[in-house]
Amino acid sequence: MIDSLITALGAEFVQLSLTPIVIGILGAVACALPGNFLLLRRQALIGDAISHVVLPGIVAAFLVTGTITAVPMMIGAGCAAIVAVILIEIVKRLGRVEPGAAMGLVFTTLFAAGVLFLEMTDTSSVHIDVQHALLGNLESLIWFDAEGWQSLLDPLALATLPPQLPRLAVVLVGIVLFITLFWKELKISTFDAAFAEAIGIRTRVLGFALVVVTAIAAVAAFDAVGSIIVIAMFVCPPAAARLMTNQLGRQIGWSVTFAVISAILGYVFAGYGPGWFGSPYAVSAAGMIATISGIILLLACLFGPQRKRTGQRAEA
Amino acid sequence: MSFLDYFISALFLQAGYNSALVAIGAGLLGLAGGGAGAFIFLRKRALVSDAISHATLPGVGIAFMLMVALGGDGRWLPGLIIGSAISSGIGLLMVEWITRQTRLTEDAAIGAVLSVFFGLGIVLLTIIQTMSSGRQAGLENFLLGSTAGMLISEATTIAIAGALATAFVFMLRRPMTLVAFDPEYAATTGINVRHIDLAMMGLALIVTVIGLKIVGLILIVALLIIPPVTARFWTNQVGPMIGIAAAIGGLSGYVGAVLSAAVTSLPTGPIIVLVAFGFFVISALFSPLRGGLASALRHWRFQRRVHRRQGLLALARREPIYDGFTLRILRHSGMIRRDGVATLRGKTASQKAARDEARWAMARRILPDDSAIERYDGLTPIEDMMTQDQIDEIDRVIAEQTGAPA
Repeated sequence: MIDSLITALGAEFVQLSLTPIVIGILGAVACALPGNFLLLRRQALIGDAISHVVLPGIVAAFLVTGTITAVPMMIGAGCAAIVAVILIEIVKRLGRVEPGAAMGLVFTTLFAAGVLFLEMTDTSSVHIDVQHALLGNLESLIWFDAEGWQSLLDPLALATLPPQLPRLAVVLVGIVLFITLFWKELKISTFDAAFAEAIGIRTRVLGFALVVVTAIAAVAAFDAVGSIIVIAMFVCPPAAARLMTNQLGRQIGWSVTFAVISAILGYVFAGYGPGWFGSPYAVSAAGMIATISGIILLLACLFGPQRKRTGQRAEA
Repeated sequence: MSFLDYFISALFLQAGYNSALVAIGAGLLGLAGGGAGAFIFLRKRALVSDAISHATLPGVGIAFMLMVALGGDGRWLPGLIIGSAISSGIGLLMVEWITRQTRLTEDAAIGAVLSVFFGLGIVLLTIIQTMSSGRQAGLENFLLGSTAGMLISEATTIAIAGALATAFVFMLRRPMTLVAFDPEYAATTGINVRHIDLAMMGLALIVTVIGLKIVGLILIVALLIIPPVTARFWTNQVGPMIGIAAAIGGLSGYVGAVLSAAVTSLPTGPIIVLVAFGFFVISALFSPLRGGLASALRHWRFQRRVHRRQGLLALARREPIYDGFTLRILRHSGMIRRDGVATLRGKTASQKAARDEARWAMARRILPDDSAIERYDGLTPIEDMMTQDQIDEIDRVIAEQTGAPA
């Protein structure tokens, strides 16, 4: 038993599975953290909208630079996200359209434009395609030079880590910093915007900053794990956490826990699960992580201690 | 055959039986989508359809596996449609259940359902890919839609289903209009609002499911959202709005399908969405009611009236005018000469403006409760808003006050 565990977590594990799992965890947490505030502000679908418009941004960056290096891609995607947010605002104001419809209009159109660009330009030589955009390539982010756990202390081997890992780590640190630095302001403006305004918090600027942070998280995670995880992690862990507690700090703690559990279990089930049923093939890790986060949310809906509305009972 | 020739022949259904059927099917789909979308839009639940569309994917996968397991062809479209309808129905009920049973808001429920169902669907697709290679080809087309290589039987299925959905929208239009417009009133007339809501969502579901093959599940939402938003620019009335939305949806579907048939490299779904967006942009710019151009024009006219009025008042008070825009307007309408001195016309007009201003000022003092005071925009001549009797009374008081010693 212990022997098999050691083999399971041995050199091969470090080489093939450790980095995807860590990247999955980093991506999940980076999305779940801002997701908490989006959820409470009833902007849960902003994450959905942003992850759709990342595609045209990436394609546009490819058309401009002709390469698929990470930095222009991320800049392109970030710009597209900001353009989308501004467009949604314009449609809302000009047409006096309700936010949901304005959002749906903008993100489907931008996504369609992205797909069209992609089909019309010759991108067959490079690996951007819609499948990749949706699913990411978590499984392929292996650490070639790892020879076992001792590689974690080997600078030469560490230098060959998939670049997505340090990138996501930096983004995650940035998000944690943003939330800690503006904790009080975020909390007050989320729960009582009018009061926040009254005590001099610039709620509009803060709201926009939150959307920008969301976009950065989406773009960084998107490259590594695809848009499914991004959308799922913005909503599911925070939503499940919301049903566990009434206190914002604890909610964030729960959401991080749920995100980590989804990432680990999802990856393990996707990679090893089919083997338990005698199938030699793995299934999509991104899809499985999203599925696990959904199961956690379902359990929270059924058993979460704070699942009901307080104050008034939900009408039957 | 050049692109234009092909486009025109396809537009008039001369480019082959199959592409004609696809174009008709896409047109009917757009018609039903725009109509059903209009009700959902008025009910402010546009994004629920996003959850519905993503929730179709696991159903497609499971239906495929079942059909293969039963020894059939996994790609049989009616079977896939039934599977996707069942799973998106479950997704819809999940959104309702989460919103009703927990304290999560509807947008959170939508986001959760769409991402989880989509993730599960992707897991199933990767399982299918490993099943019996070759036979699964084409399931990915449900993501973005594809009409290339569509079988005649599939095109016929879509055209018939689109016609049925359109007929459904037409039949249910009255109760749905009532519920969308004023649910409380609808309830008092004996309509079961919840049933109608479900029927409305059911229609969105049908449109989504039919549209899978043509537009794809990620973009089908656009056919439910863009036409109603566009129609809103052209009318303030519910009835016409639904008709316009349906027409825009139908045109987008038809023209988009024709375009994509004419240029083989163009994927159908994105083209249809972009055609619909084209209608939106045109409407947002040129609609006489709320379009950008119309409101810019209105603003410009208003600005002109304000400057003209202020200029005339300044003339009457013999104050110098410095504002260039004001001077230009006065000069153009012949109120002042090039050197800035008032013409005869200008003098008359300025005296009238001054008298108007004085009358309004007095009206505010002696008739403060008159509705005209509240509606006054600061520019309209008093004769247009008050009766001659009222004006005579105002003039009498003015004469009294200016005649009497201070």
